[in-house]
Amino acid sequence: MGREVSESCVDSLLTELVSTYSTRFYANKPDLAAHSIEAIGYQVGLQLSERYTMDRPRFSDHLEAIKFICKDFWSELFKKQIDNLKTNHRGTFVLQDSRFRWLSRVSIDPSENGDVSEDNPAGVAENKASLVTKMHLNFPCGIIRGALSNLGIPCAVSADISNLPACSFVVRIKV
Amino acid sequence: MAPAGPRSGDAIFASAERVNAELFTLTYGAIVRQLLTDLEEVEEVNKQLDQMGYNIGIRLVDEFLAKSNVSRCIDFKETAEVIAKVGFKMFLGVTASVTNWDADGTCCSIVLEDNPLVDFVELPDTCQGLYYCNVLSGVIRGALEMVSMKTEVTWARDMLRGDDAFELQVKLLKQVPEEYPYKDDE
Repeated sequence: MGREVSESCVDSLLTELVSTYSTRFYANKPDLAAHSIEAIGYQVGLQLSERYTMDRPRFSDHLEAIKFICKDFWSELFKKQIDNLKTNHRGTFVLQDSRFRWLSRVSIDPSENGDVSEDNPAGVAENKASLVTKMHLNFPCGIIRGALSNLGIPCAVSADISNLPACSFVVRIKV
Repeated sequence: MAPAGPRSGDAIFASAERVNAELFTLTYGAIVRQLLTDLEEVEEVNKQLDQMGYNIGIRLVDEFLAKSNVSRCIDFKETAEVIAKVGFKMFLGVTASVTNWDADGTCCSIVLEDNPLVDFVELPDTCQGLYYCNVLSGVIRGALEMVSMKTEVTWARDMLRGDDAFELQVKLLKQVPEEYPYKDDE
């Protein structure tokens, strides 16, 4: 086992990263915030994948590489594997983590909800929560894209959270 | 049930949920890199890293107090020791030491010989002037402010700048007396 740090270190850093970009730097430009957060994830994925594949033979096809992400790569990051993998055999893969760690602690700063409308306060809060969650997910999406890109697989990655606490990452390989 | 006395940093770290330090180190590195791209000015990056640390510190202090079970420190000397021995250990898994006290006990150095933030890091010449670990000084400042101590935290030594250790100088500026909105027995 290599060096470890407390999980709160990573959690705090991610929370602060998202808040810095989405509320301080680009409060009114969510696209720019999302882009920077994704870029940071991409860099991390690229470097981690480089490290974790050092002693491995080259992957023979896309599926082998995706399986590596689901098993070894995910285990290094989250101490568990991806729970479910689906593919249409035409370059789209859906990786589902049935209990995605980084979503279990996303909380909303109550002070940011100060302007909740009287008509539908719950709805606004919910909306706000889902925006913050989506902003967070740019980071792991970037990690997966960076990791695959390092393996020579250019792709686009998005996240689907319609079944919380499960999270599905949709990988579309560019041909 | 939590034990009655304060817990050692080792014990807290051993029982905490832990993650791969590479993920943490590379994530921090990627953040610094992106900030350099987005903000361009090294000075501005130093400022933002410190601000991010401050924001983290004001939240992390709750977890620190809850898990460490430390009671009120009698003076700033004890506070510094607790940060070095318990704080650094329980979060980063490393121990720091406290030295260089000034005569009136309001300024000291926290020295870190092992720092997981800088594994794999080498600064290019274009980053001279960057305080790469500035998030740490922000965390300490933020956390101490939450326990009523206004401090100024600066880097005295930095291994990325060729020094032999990381040394944070922590200066107590003001101790704000706590005012409770309620009485103890209510």
